[in-house]
Amino acid sequence: MPVLARTGNEAMAEAMRQINPDVVAAYPISPATEVVMIFSKFVADGLVDTEFVAVESEHSAMSACVGAASAGCRVMTGTSSQGLQLMSEILPIASALRQPIVLCEVNRALSGPINIHCDHSDTMAVRDFGWLQIFSENAQEAYDSVLQMIKIVEDVKVRLPGMVTTDGFIISHCMEKIETLEDAEVKTYLGEHKKMNSTLDLTKPITLGSLDLQDYYFEHRMPMAQAMIEAKEVILKVGQEFGAKYGRPYGLLEKYKLDDAEVAIVAMGSTCGTARVVIDELREKGIKAGMLKLRVFRPFPAAEVAEVLAGVKSIAVLDRSDSLSSQGGPLYTEVRSALYDAKTKPVLSNYIYGLGGREINLEDLRQIFSEQKSNQSGKIVYFGVRE
Amino acid sequence: MSEILEIRWHGRGGQGAKTAALLFADAALSLGMYIQAFPEYGPERMGAPVQSFNRLAKNPITIHCGITSPKIVVVLDPTLMASVDVTSGLLENGSIIVNTSKSPAEIRAELGLKKGKVYTVDASKIATEKIGRNIPNTPMLGALTKVSAILDFSAMIKDTEEKLKKKFAHKPEIIKGNIEAIKTAYETVKGEG
Repeated sequence: MPVLARTGNEAMAEAMRQINPDVVAAYPISPATEVVMIFSKFVADGLVDTEFVAVESEHSAMSACVGAASAGCRVMTGTSSQGLQLMSEILPIASALRQPIVLCEVNRALSGPINIHCDHSDTMAVRDFGWLQIFSENAQEAYDSVLQMIKIVEDVKVRLPGMVTTDGFIISHCMEKIETLEDAEVKTYLGEHKKMNSTLDLTKPITLGSLDLQDYYFEHRMPMAQAMIEAKEVILKVGQEFGAKYGRPYGLLEKYKLDDAEVAIVAMGSTCGTARVVIDELREKGIKAGMLKLRVFRPFPAAEVAEVLAGVKSIAVLDRSDSLSSQGGPLYTEVRSALYDAKTKPVLSNYIYGLGGREINLEDLRQIFSEQKSNQSGKIVYFGVRE
Repeated sequence: MSEILEIRWHGRGGQGAKTAALLFADAALSLGMYIQAFPEYGPERMGAPVQSFNRLAKNPITIHCGITSPKIVVVLDPTLMASVDVTSGLLENGSIIVNTSKSPAEIRAELGLKKGKVYTVDASKIATEKIGRNIPNTPMLGALTKVSAILDFSAMIKDTEEKLKKKFAHKPEIIKGNIEAIKTAYETVKGEG
């Protein structure tokens, strides 16, 4: 396998080149600009067969994606922050029309105040729109997950759109060692794109996006909920097959030294990598520390989360966003809900951290672990914020 | 942590601090190492102080926070020393490499530095002579390779030449100058006593 030095953005663009989608419609926004900028160069250089639609806004980008996907095309795009929010009128339409669009999302704070750096507010804001959401710890995971996401969303049991995210600048602009697959291998891995319910199939005319009121709307929403439930198995199957073929297995979540852990964190994205170093240190000191790294946020793997957290005494859920609900961050409320029926309930606290790219370093994570001893369940901490 | 080499580059916007970090990491990767290279992001202005960073290790690097205690600091522009604390967090046994015509002893005195090792190399002069422009980042790569002693020099030169050939496919004339500049800096970087 080729070994390359690539940033998160370059890794995602490389995956897109190898996928060679039929249509990419995109509008640039920092820190995701490079994903589509690099990809547009592949188009200009004739390395892909993609029809690149340079639109005038993200709203149009997602609209063009839905149109192209409705015609039966394999479609991709990329965006971040306000760009994702400008798409948000069309995002639920993409999922309701069951279009398997794949979006490379670079996590960035929401305005305002204006901030270009990493947090998960943008992705969390669209978490209930029927899109699958996979978070990446590093550039390698971003590359692997973009390839897998194509397989996942095109599975007939799923047929929902999906986004793969990296942490803005921390991963999107950090060059690391990645292993890629050969171009031909990616082609074999993904297989032929099968058109389904194409609006261009004149032998089977269909209507998409029509008015659907009290009589049938509910029945058309229900299969989306079912698809999201079934997506869990598909994500797991695709991740395991990827591991069997290429040596890097993926699941819904990853346990890091969690099995016998007494104190643990739950986290997503790049912070998990930094936390590994702290957990290793604590283990050397005889402290039974561990981590649940959540890879898949939608569908939320509640049963799996509850199962692996069951025996842990004290857990801090790290949220890199705040839902401003007065009840803690979105990851925390999901984890707390997942543990409602657990026989032994851990002490569960919430650390909202790193908003707007605020640094989270080894010392910060050491502090979060050490505070677990005295935390009351239900405690919500705005970590490191100045008064 | 001790097995990860952390490097901080100081430069001014446009001097190539980011490119230098990328090239150094890419060369290390080619020699079988795990690497990270990342710039500090903020408003990008030509001439403003900027930083970029490297991590190099024999084992996978999972840490993704900033670098605050570098083992090596590389200063592309000596005028930065007046306004930026370039030795901030430098490890006790660390090294600082400055692009200057001055001696390491003079730089140590200017910085008031009590720890570590000081190296100097006249990268601007080398760049002007070999490349024709004052772009000190590539010669500083040579000096860093010497001081860090983590990469095999001939392999590093070979790899960097290939990378430059790709990057400057439309300007082949500048590749030879850059390679000569790296070699000269490698040979002429001065330590203390």
